Amino acid sequence: MAGIFESVGRWTVNGWRSQRANMAFLGETVCEAMGMVVHPRRFRFADSALAFQRAAFDGLPISTGIGFLLGVILAFQSAAALQMFGVEVYVADLLAIGLFRELGPLVTAIILAGRSGSAFAAEIGTMKVDEELDALTTMGLPPVRFLVLPRVVAAVLAMPVLTIFAELAGLVGGAIVLQMMNVPTVVFWRHVEATTSVFMISFGLAKGALFGLLVGLVGCSAGMRTSSTADGVGAAATSAVVGGIVAIAVTDGILAVLCYVWQL
Amino acid sequence: MSEPIIELKHVDAGYPGVTILRDVTFDVMKGEVFILLGGSGCGKSTVMKHMIGLNPVLSGELRLAGLEWSAKTRAALCRKIGVMYQSGALFGSMTCLENVLLPLEEFTRLKGAERVERAMMLLDDVELADAAHKLPHEISGGMRKRVAIARAMALDPDVVFLDEPSAGLDPITSSALDDLILKLKTETGKTFVVVTHELPSIFKIADRCAMFDKARHGMIALGTPAGLRDGSKDPFVLKFFNRGEIHGK
Repeated sequence: MAGIFESVGRWTVNGWRSQRANMAFLGETVCEAMGMVVHPRRFRFADSALAFQRAAFDGLPISTGIGFLLGVILAFQSAAALQMFGVEVYVADLLAIGLFRELGPLVTAIILAGRSGSAFAAEIGTMKVDEELDALTTMGLPPVRFLVLPRVVAAVLAMPVLTIFAELAGLVGGAIVLQMMNVPTVVFWRHVEATTSVFMISFGLAKGALFGLLVGLVGCSAGMRTSSTADGVGAAATSAVVGGIVAIAVTDGILAVLCYVWQL
Repeated sequence: MSEPIIELKHVDAGYPGVTILRDVTFDVMKGEVFILLGGSGCGKSTVMKHMIGLNPVLSGELRLAGLEWSAKTRAALCRKIGVMYQSGALFGSMTCLENVLLPLEEFTRLKGAERVERAMMLLDDVELADAAHKLPHEISGGMRKRVAIARAMALDPDVVFLDEPSAGLDPITSSALDDLILKLKTETGKTFVVVTHELPSIFKIADRCAMFDKARHGMIALGTPAGLRDGSKDPFVLKFFNRGEIHGK
């Protein structure tokens, strides 16, 4: 019995400490970001560009490929049901709304968490183990400004790029499936055009950017809190992926409720 | 070597909840090579981390150039110190030259060409101008430490801290690094605080040393290496230095 209380107590204390560390990290990041607004020349553009290249361009094949497969799968699954009513052409509407509003940003963000979130945590974690963060601190360079901000900005900018490619690939996948079901591609694209709006696409991309912010923050935070043990970097990378996906899912849920309430 | 640049008065060293050393009191004088000495895990690196402002002292008073570490003094004090970490802590994605350039880019108003010239001069001082465009993983451990010393010296600090400079190096490379420290001390007149337990290095470079003991959780000796070896009556100090002499013969 005492063991249960001890476990619950330890879990609570560790959880509290972890949340406090996260809040401190978030506060420091916000302060440094505001500092960048005042002194933009201090921002490390080259580091951010490199992180963007790794997150966006290197991640393009996987997110486009997954987007394409998502479109194909969704088209097949929904066409089976809609065919019974002879309205398989509405697969185009379903795909457009599903991909642009929800699945495009969500799936791309999960891919980003797996690829770049874990990479951010591993890079910063390894630097911490190698005392590079201490070196920055004693040089008077805040590690958050030097390491975190460039990566977070890269993740925020990478997400819309990856998302739009994944969404377009998904639509191409859906178009191919419907072509096989004798729905002309022109008809498919007309339905997509009629269903979508600039607001819908922009909303999806903005949501993607928000997910990118979460992936960047969670990944970098995990890296900054890496322990100096042998498995510390691995644990940080795992924590970045799990934490990133949980943050994305929770935020998406909140946005879904808000969209329903505000009828967006 | 008349006035102190670092003062520790009744300092308890460690981490929140863990006191490693109690009541540590000593001064480091300007222009001297001061060694933090002791066996593994005795807390000498912890004391250095307090000195360079990475961890606050648990209690007592630690002053560097007359200032205590705080949020207000951090920026000023960071400019007064240069640190070489045990691993070198060079940034792996940057070349040796870029590593040395980094503090110059961030904290000086030198123009591009002037910065490069200054960085190359620093690399030349540590005899590594040829390796300027190599990445840290392309050079040896000893060379990485020398680049780290060049980076530590970049902003012309008052005190240079070296954490275990001999660790992981063969005796010849280690001796060359000691020669470099002596050369820099002579040429620049800077203060060096070195964490080590390598007796040949200590006798070669140290002006004074403070010795810590894990079992007694405190500083047990302070003085010149020869003075401690010949004059101390503490059994731990004698054992430490005699072991070194036997190995040295």
